[in-house]
Amino acid sequence: MIRAEKLTRRFGDTLALDNTDVHIREHATTVIMGGSGSGKTTLLRLLAALDVPTSGSVWFADEDIAHVGRKRLYELRSRMGMVFQYSALLNSLNVYDNIAFPLHEHTKLDESVIRTIVSMKLEQVGLRGFEKLMPSELSGGMAKRVAFARALAMDPEVVFFDEPTSGLDPISAGVVTTLIHELTEKTKMTSVVVTHDVHAGLSIADHVILLWQGKVIAEGGPEEIRHSTDERVRQFIEGRPDGPIPFSRSKTPYIDDLLGQTEGASK
Amino acid sequence: MSEQVIAQNGMARLLGKLGRKVLGAVAWLGDMASVTGSSLALIFVPPWQGKHFVLQLYALGVGSFIIIAITGAFTGMVLSLQGYYTLAKFGSESLLGSAVALSIIRELGPVLGALMLVGRAGSSITAEIGIMRVTQQLDALQMMAVNPQSRIILPRIVATIIALPILVSMFDIIGLAAGYVVGVEMLGVNAGAFTGEMIAKILPEDLYAGWTKALVFGALIGSVCTYMGYRAEPTTEGVAKATTQAVVIGSVGVLMMDYILTSFFL
Repeated sequence: MIRAEKLTRRFGDTLALDNTDVHIREHATTVIMGGSGSGKTTLLRLLAALDVPTSGSVWFADEDIAHVGRKRLYELRSRMGMVFQYSALLNSLNVYDNIAFPLHEHTKLDESVIRTIVSMKLEQVGLRGFEKLMPSELSGGMAKRVAFARALAMDPEVVFFDEPTSGLDPISAGVVTTLIHELTEKTKMTSVVVTHDVHAGLSIADHVILLWQGKVIAEGGPEEIRHSTDERVRQFIEGRPDGPIPFSRSKTPYIDDLLGQTEGASK
Repeated sequence: MSEQVIAQNGMARLLGKLGRKVLGAVAWLGDMASVTGSSLALIFVPPWQGKHFVLQLYALGVGSFIIIAITGAFTGMVLSLQGYYTLAKFGSESLLGSAVALSIIRELGPVLGALMLVGRAGSSITAEIGIMRVTQQLDALQMMAVNPQSRIILPRIVATIIALPILVSMFDIIGLAAGYVVGVEMLGVNAGAFTGEMIAKILPEDLYAGWTKALVFGALIGSVCTYMGYRAEPTTEGVAKATTQAVVIGSVGVLMMDYILTSFFL
């Protein structure tokens, strides 16, 4: 469905993604996991062509979407949907207009048909009857569900989810993960989920990709990942602070800095 | 190390720092021209943004009218008051009408109108687009195959270019009326002399000069304020910084451009 080849992304001196190959399977849920700063959101943005790689390609429908023109990219985007970390609902529009937005923009459907589609999408996410609320009147979980309904409005082939459960209480997080799982199965769409929530990620995944320092360190089904013997994977799954993935991100050892300062002072 | 070498190193560092600042400013200007130019080029590309342009024109024009009217009224009043006491020293009170009108139409109307628009509407344009950047609404538009430059930036730049000359015309009318009230009704200048001098001395070129300045200032404000929001660092602090910078750069840019245009029209 989507294939990333030798993907590298640099931000100045920082290497966010390092020569990474990724294959997103069709009609399945791929969960990309990793700690903070591991490069998972960078990878998601590159897969959705919201960012341009420093080098490498992203293939969707046999086209390198990292390097197609804007017009063609927008045509391909009508086959994609995305649920952003902070929902990204348009503040000036109510729930109905947010979900109807892509339909108004890209179709010539009659308003009565659009109303039916919006109602259907809201029913799918369990929020029918909330059409008139403004984004500021929604809770975090509701906003995520409305964003999900908006992403589904054009019946996309692939939906990207950026940290769908972050900032949500356990019940809302459970509702959102269940929705992702159920709708992926029912609609036969392809889901790409970025999360650091191990429990939620493994519960909905058909395929898991684990990133560390911009590289894929493990890949496979949820059971393979659960029973991996790789120490880095075990540390991440078990949430241990000690292990090969260091807690400290300081560039130099603190003791060296302290000793350096002491020596400098004595001179 | 000799004192000469230390001085040379210091000078090299200073020149290097200055060079980097200049290069940064050139890059900034280039990027702004690129974003503005590519946004304006979309005016010929469907889908047409007519509805969004009208909404922006309404928000900018109607929303800024009160502040423009108040500024225009007090500018006309103070010009009339100050002008009267200066002209009275030379026994030329009858010239008050033309003095007030020329000052407002050629200079103060466009400049003060533009400064008011930067403060009131420009800052809100930057903050609005910046917040859309922080909350990923611009990315969401991209994902829904809607170009933010076409939907968000273009209508705001065009609305600013069109709204400012209209607002400046209102500023001029209100300023002249207020100047008349103070000069004729309060200070006792002859009404016929005030209006006669005003009509006789104001040439079509003066009106064109004022409107041309308003058009250029409108384009400048629209470009700077939309660009600063579009390129705002996606943090709360980044939006606040971009908003402040937009007002400062917009205001200073208006004053600098005013000098260039005034020297061109004189």
